[in-house]
Amino acid sequence: MEMVVVAPPAIGKIEDLRRRFFATPLQALLSLASLAVMVFLAWKLLNWAVFSAVFTTSGGPEACQAAAGACWSVIAARWRIILFGLYPYDEQWRSALACLIVVVMTVLSCVPAFWTGRRIALVWGAGTALFYVLMKGGVLGLPYVGEEAWGGLALTLFIFVTTCLIGFPLAICLALLRRSGLPWISRTTGLIIDGVRSLPLISILFTFAIVLPFALPQWLVGDKLYRVILGSALFFSAYQAEIVRGGMQGVPSGQEEAAMALGMRYWQRVGRILLPQAMRNALPATINQFVISFKETSLVIIVGFFEILASGNAAYGTGEWRFAYVEVYAFIAFIYFIFVFSLSRYGAFLERRMSVGER
Amino acid sequence: MVSLLRNQKVRNALLQILYVGSIAAMVLAGIVIARQNLAAQGITSGFDFLFKSTGWDLNFSLLPATANDPYWWYFLIGIINTLFLGTVGLTLATIVGTIVGLARTSSNELARLLGRTYVDIFRNIPLILQVFFWYAVITHLPTPRAAHEGWGFLLTSRGLYIPFPNVSSAALAAATLAVIAAIALPIWLGRTSRLSLPVGQRGGIQLAGTAAALACAAIILVAGRLADSPLLDFPALQGLNLRGGLRIPPEFATLAIAIAIYGGSYIAEIVRGGFKAVGKGQVEAALSLGLGPWRVFMLVRLPLALRAMLPILANQYVWLMKATTMGIAVGFTDFFMIVALTINHSGQTIEAIGILMAGFLVINLSLAAIFNRINKAIALKGNQLRA
Repeated sequence: MEMVVVAPPAIGKIEDLRRRFFATPLQALLSLASLAVMVFLAWKLLNWAVFSAVFTTSGGPEACQAAAGACWSVIAARWRIILFGLYPYDEQWRSALACLIVVVMTVLSCVPAFWTGRRIALVWGAGTALFYVLMKGGVLGLPYVGEEAWGGLALTLFIFVTTCLIGFPLAICLALLRRSGLPWISRTTGLIIDGVRSLPLISILFTFAIVLPFALPQWLVGDKLYRVILGSALFFSAYQAEIVRGGMQGVPSGQEEAAMALGMRYWQRVGRILLPQAMRNALPATINQFVISFKETSLVIIVGFFEILASGNAAYGTGEWRFAYVEVYAFIAFIYFIFVFSLSRYGAFLERRMSVGER
Repeated sequence: MVSLLRNQKVRNALLQILYVGSIAAMVLAGIVIARQNLAAQGITSGFDFLFKSTGWDLNFSLLPATANDPYWWYFLIGIINTLFLGTVGLTLATIVGTIVGLARTSSNELARLLGRTYVDIFRNIPLILQVFFWYAVITHLPTPRAAHEGWGFLLTSRGLYIPFPNVSSAALAAATLAVIAAIALPIWLGRTSRLSLPVGQRGGIQLAGTAAALACAAIILVAGRLADSPLLDFPALQGLNLRGGLRIPPEFATLAIAIAIYGGSYIAEIVRGGFKAVGKGQVEAALSLGLGPWRVFMLVRLPLALRAMLPILANQYVWLMKATTMGIAVGFTDFFMIVALTINHSGQTIEAIGILMAGFLVINLSLAAIFNRINKAIALKGNQLRA
């Protein structure tokens, strides 16, 4: 017998549009309202940011203030202070190069070929060391620039990178300790993790920056920057530890029992059986945590660091550019947006890719 | 001795003692050193300072506060300020998030796109940047003389002025309670087993309950009106200053707006996730039973989605409550800022940090407890098919 395949009747473009957007009166109303809002906002935004905007510095602040649209001249005039802070003018190429290193490091970490403990540690360790040497100088003929002169985007990235570099191993340690079979060790660790998680990050940064020097012996106080990085790493690791622990719980107990039966020792079991599978389970949440942590580095402005938000405040805060605050904040928001949005898109992509086998 | 160390039990005990002991020793050493350092600066430790007067003023307080008030009163005000900002911010964020989240799950592609754009923009910009932005916007508003005006509202750089009922504060509190009752009463009436009426036929009683509670609120407001004044007090320019109405300080408005917009984008994602978790089969079953789209939404999708999103929503609320500490960035005297000011002015560092930790622990634990209660109350009983 011959099979008859009936294709659905082809519909025209207009019919397709009608079905998608004007199927019922309510749908039509919703479509039109959304369209109106979108067109209105897009027009307002474009008009402000492009059509009526001033892009050149030639007219100075006065000509700019008179314009109806955005005054991008403030960025043209002040981009160096926003990106590099108080870093010496002649050395700012170092600061730019250092930012580039972080971008390369992040991109490399997204490539699956680097997803082994040793390689990823190598990329981050070497990258951070290079960043530090480049920024600080004092060797290879680079003039010395102390941490107090670091600022802008480079400082934001430095705090973020070191936070992750210290926080990630710490998180794995905390997760292992919390999973420990010895009740007092797991309880104490649980108390520390939950305690840190219940506090706002600002209060932890404040404690590490301003209160901790009272509670430490003189030789341990160190620079404020490194204390704040430690505090932020502690906060990161408390959250990340719970993510890692969640990943470990997803590893079937048979895996560890099999490893034990094969006579593997504790570190072999952890390093070769438990962690690789746990990290795979925890990957989407981990990327999410990195994204959150990057956004939260901006909080160090509260304890008085000259990171990108503070340098932005300084860029418009002085006299002649006072009116151009929206443009400066839009510029900084755009920088954050690029970093955060691409990372979170990548996270969503990974999540989709990894869930393919489970359907 | 060596054989003792080989014993698994002894080794485990030693390990635990070592771990807990070293952490305890570190904390104790820190406290001892801090006490010495502070004593060298002439600061005696202890909680006596709580009863001394502070000597500095607050720029925002719901309760009366003067510089003569003791520290414990200021801490209390700080907690109330934090809770108040948190409640306002969370309510606004929930409203924004629900609207955007519904747009993101709607069947209309354009509405979905609009919701998605909102979430992508505001979720990916740090909250503190948004706080600074809104603060700059509000403080750059015109002076009271040239204020933006509309519907009785006045927007100025000194704050937002809104019309406000001319009633005594006690009557206002009572009326607020009545309005809350108007919302809670129909929910309770719909669930309680004390009424003999079947659950499906309680619409009339619920409506009557709400109407009665709202009427109560109106009567309280009219009765509690201050003598010789109109019921609604509109802000207006008098000389160089604005009189009348309620002034929302720029700091509070900034934080409420920023938390509403940023939190809204997160809550929108939670709402979307909740609706996505509702099984397709449930909706199809409801449709095939002949329920209209509205009833499918109210009776099937919403209740199931609510249960799926509540635990995540609770976490988000705790997070947003902690985000009120951004107040220190713009000078809003929330709990954390009062602790920071206390450390600055009195030097009672350890005690103030202890109070800060205890305060946030209590706030977080009570929020978690409330949500656990709600979660348990609305959880589906028994083992039901979800897919």
